[in-house]
This record gives sequence, structure tokens and C-alpha cells, in this order.
Amino acid sequence: MSEAIMKPPLAERQTLLGWLRKNLFNSWSNAILTVAAAWLTFVTLRGLITWVFTEADWAVIQTNLRLILLGQYPIAQVWRIWVSMLLLSFLIGNSLSIWGKGKTSTRFTIGLVALLVALAFVVSGPSRTWLLAMGALLAAGWWLARGAGKAMRSVVGIGWVIWPLIFILLLRGFGDGGPLPQVGTNLWGGLMLTFMLTIVGIVFSFPIGVLLALGRQSDLRIVRWFCITFIEVVRGVPLITILFMAQLMLPLFLPSGVTIDRVLRAMVGITLFSAAYLAENVRGGLQAIPKGQYEAAYALGLSTTLSMGLIILPQALRLIIPILVGQFIALFKDTALVAIVGLFDLVGIARTVLAQPAFLGTHREVYAFISLLYWVFSYAMSYVSIRLEDSLGVGKR
Amino acid sequence: MTADKKPIIIAKDVHKWFGDFHALRGVSMEVNQGEVIVIFGPSGSGKSTFIRTINHLEEHQQGDIVVDGIELSHDVRNIEKIREETGMVFQQFNLFPHLTVLQNVSLAPIWVKKWDKPRAEAKAMELLKRVGIPEQANKYPGQLSGGQQQRVAIARALAMEPKIMLFDEPTSALDPEMIKEVLDAMIELAKTGMTMLVVTHEMGFARAVADRMFFFDKGEIVESGTPEQIFKSPKEDRTKLFLSQILHH
Repeated sequence: MSEAIMKPPLAERQTLLGWLRKNLFNSWSNAILTVAAAWLTFVTLRGLITWVFTEADWAVIQTNLRLILLGQYPIAQVWRIWVSMLLLSFLIGNSLSIWGKGKTSTRFTIGLVALLVALAFVVSGPSRTWLLAMGALLAAGWWLARGAGKAMRSVVGIGWVIWPLIFILLLRGFGDGGPLPQVGTNLWGGLMLTFMLTIVGIVFSFPIGVLLALGRQSDLRIVRWFCITFIEVVRGVPLITILFMAQLMLPLFLPSGVTIDRVLRAMVGITLFSAAYLAENVRGGLQAIPKGQYEAAYALGLSTTLSMGLIILPQALRLIIPILVGQFIALFKDTALVAIVGLFDLVGIARTVLAQPAFLGTHREVYAFISLLYWVFSYAMSYVSIRLEDSLGVGKR
Repeated sequence: MTADKKPIIIAKDVHKWFGDFHALRGVSMEVNQGEVIVIFGPSGSGKSTFIRTINHLEEHQQGDIVVDGIELSHDVRNIEKIREETGMVFQQFNLFPHLTVLQNVSLAPIWVKKWDKPRAEAKAMELLKRVGIPEQANKYPGQLSGGQQQRVAIARALAMEPKIMLFDEPTSALDPEMIKEVLDAMIELAKTGMTMLVVTHEMGFARAVADRMFFFDKGEIVESGTPEQIFKSPKEDRTKLFLSQILHH
């Protein structure tokens, strides 16, 4: 019995009272803090809960849900958005089972499916079928990718890269006739437009930012000066002025008759702005890589390009994942500024909803709802970041 | 250790400045194929700088260096060609921490020599067996001891099938009990007829396998000769003083 497991002394075991005493009431000052904090939380929550369940008038959201989520996107074409969402659900299911962590991942997946099914019973009409299909595909994706090998991983990785392109092309469509008539970007709006701006911003600013960071270190003087000038000019200007320039000034420089899509102009502005910041973050990561890594790569006969691509960048980018995700979350929220230059993203749509005579004075309800939407997706990105760091072992080796 | 009388490295009057500091003051050396050269000297004597000019990690500003008939110039293609023929082992190992041991060793053959993956990995496993750590193939460098890491570094350099191996103080960063395992791997390599330039203070290694030794001080070659000459009858006072300091501490 000498091998018997020793248990911690009684007082240390996890009992509710023991836990309370250890963590909340371990001294007089902490006891006072605990009571004060509990009282403050109670008062705030009571106010909030009372407002949410008795005072607020959520009819404004119910009536305008479509508008808030999809803007003026034609009803007959909404199936395209659903199809993109189905693909997305499948990818998320795959990713959860490949990169998620054991039981937590299983619970998370079940939770997501349950949420989709619950939502399906809240809404009515065809949306219900689509939501149920999303839940089913998510579960199927999760099930199929269990115990997947390396090949499956790269397939899912590639899926994540091409999904944004499919999303954009499917929503935009081609030509007038045909199965996918073009839907002008003037009809894009709401959460969908916010997503679109974010996705395009991330997908394009990432490679541009990496190139700018490498260019800033280049031995070619012209390249280096161009990159430094671009980065410093863009970083020295607020995003809102860049968006104004793109919307108001750009047409002045273009020959008359040439017009560039307004949403596209905003996308370009956001992408360039984000790229400049990203370049500086990537530069920070590059500086953290010891000189010996370059020397070892060169000594093996790797060219400068191969050394960068195989040795330096993978390490540098891994180091800055938390910073990158922070920047992408900031970009997601910064897209709200396009409302000021007249696009109908979440905030822009909120303002048109508030202008409806039937819903005057419902500011609190509308802004609370879109804040919730922003929070849900920001938190999701944050969660993905943490999982990514775990699976790549940042800070472990 | 049977050296053909065919110089594979020719360095003539090599000069190197770091800013105003004159790090190499006219170093000349010819190394024959299959020779094992030990370079030693006080810190700051330019010995590391010299072997780093041979694969152009440092650029020499005056003089000529010819490696296996290839003139070392500003031409990037020549530099890459020379680097493919010379392997280098560093004081700080410099393994790639984001890749497994196997990937570290097979990376260059796959990307530079364009070997297919199974061939490169087979070669890598063979080399890991040779340096005595095949069981560590799927670990990451951070999980290995210093001595194991340095042996991986040797295998990584050998994977490119170089004609020349450069060792820049390969045991200086190791704990004492790990020095032997690395030296053993180097001695084994020397016996296969590899041309080796080794910057080291391990005089036991020099005695065992060196064909010639070069003593560097203040950016110059002060004295050279066989280990026998250097240890038994050094000519220069600086050599005697330095040897007495490192042998009788």
C-alpha cells in the first residue's frame, strides 16, 4: 500500500465552501471587494435583463432581420447565400474535428448544431430547411473528418483558401441571363456586406502585407523606398480619410465615363490600409528570427526566396499569430466606417432601419442587436486564434 | 587521411574589414582533397571569419578564393554552387525549430537537389543512423540535447553530399559530457576521407585526425604545420604561449 495515492488535506479539496473561502473571502479586504462586485453585477444585470425582457421592443429587429442580415439582396437569389453557408458549415465541421481539442471540440460541435437547429425552429419558411441543412452538413463534416490523415488536412486547408472566392463569385454572379444573374454591389448590404469587406480585406491584405514587409528589407533601393513610403504614408492617415479619398477623390482622377464600383473602392481602401499595418507586424516577426537561421539556410545552398519561404516566414508568421488575429478582428470592426461614406454595411443598414417612421426611437434595440452580432463573430475569431496557436505550438518550442 | 595532392580550396591573400576593423590581414591557404585542417587561435583572431568567407557567409573584400575550381565572386550562381558543395556546422547548431529532425535533414536535398521525398528521407535516415540518432527522427530540435542537436546538424550538412565540410567551433556551446559524442561523429567522418576545415580548441581531436594545423592570431596565420610539429616544437612564441594556456589550464 506504499504506492497508494496521497490525497490533498481535507481543507484543500474542492468543496464549494472551501473554494469560496480560498478565492473570494480569504481576507477582509477581499471579502469587501467580493460583496461590492457582486452587488454591482446584480444591479447592472438586473437593469439589463429587465430592459431586454420587458421594456425593449424587438419588433424592429423581427421586421427588419432580413435587411440587417442581407441588405437589399434580391429574394429570388438568396439561395446563393445559403449555398455558401452550407459549404462553410461543412468546412467548419471538418476543421473542428481536425484541429479541435478532444471533448471540448465534440461539445462545441454539438453546441453549434444545436444552435442551428434551435434557430431553425425560431424562423419559418425556407430558412428553416436551410438552417437544418447547415446543421446536418456541419455534423456530417465533423463525422467525416474524424481520424483524418495529412491529406485530408491539406484538402480542408485549401478549402478555406478557396471558400472566400466561391462566396464572392457566387454572390456576385455573371451576366444578365443564365443561372447566376449578376447582383450589383449596390444591393449588397447588412451583415453580408460587413463579412464581404472583412473577407476581402483579410484575404488580400495578408499577402500584400507580407510582400511589403519583405520589400522593406530588400537590398534593392527602389523597392525598399517604395515600401517604406507606402507603409508610412498609409499608417499616417486615418482609415476614414482613405475611404473618403477612395469614394470622393478617385473619380476626379479617372477619365469621365470610367466608374469603379463603390463597394470595390471601399474594399481597396480597407485592404491597403490593413496591409500597411500588417507589414509592420510581419517585420516585427522577421526581426525576432535569429541571424543563424538565415545563415544555416544559405549554407545549405537554399536561395534567398527558398530561405524566406521555407525557413524564415513560417517561423515569423507563427510568432505573430496573436497579433495578426487581433488585427483581423480590428479590421472586421473597422469596416463599420464604410457607413459614413454611404455604404449599407451593418451600421449603415442600422441607420436606414432607424429612419423608418414605424420604428423611430428604437436606437437602443437596433444598436444592441448589431453589437451582439459584432461580438459573436469577433469572439469566434478569437477562439479560432487560440486553437490555431495551440495546434501550431506557439511558445512551446 | 590519404590526401591527393590536388587543392580543392585555394585562398590567396584574403582581406576582410568590419567597418574599420581589419579582421583578416592577407590569409593564404591551400587545402588538398581529403585533408583535415584544424584552425585554432584566440578569440577575435579571425579564424571563424576565415572559414565563413569560404562559403560566402562573410564577403571578403580583397584577394581570391577558389573552391573546387569555382571562383568566389559576386556572381550569385557561383555562390550558390559553392554552397551546395560545402556543408557547414555552426557553434549554435542553428537547426530549424519548426521542422522535425527528419525534415531538417531532408529539406535541402528536396528543394535544392530536387530529389523526391522518399529518396531524400531514406538518405536522411541513413545519415541519422550514421551519427547515431535514428530514433529521434520525428522529434523537434527543441526536444533534443545539445549533443544530439549538433549531430543532427552534421547529418543535415552531409545530406547535400558536400565535398567539403566546415565546422565553426562545433563543440563550444556544448555541455562537457556531450562533447565526445559530437567529436566521435566528426572523427568517423574524417576517416571516410572528407575534406574538413575545423575551427576548434579540442586538441585531442586535432591530434587524432588533423593532417595540418593553422594557428591564427590578429587576422593572420602565425604558424602552420602537422600536429606533430605544432605540439612538439612550435616555432613562434605566440603559438607556444597560446598552447600552454589551453593545454595546461
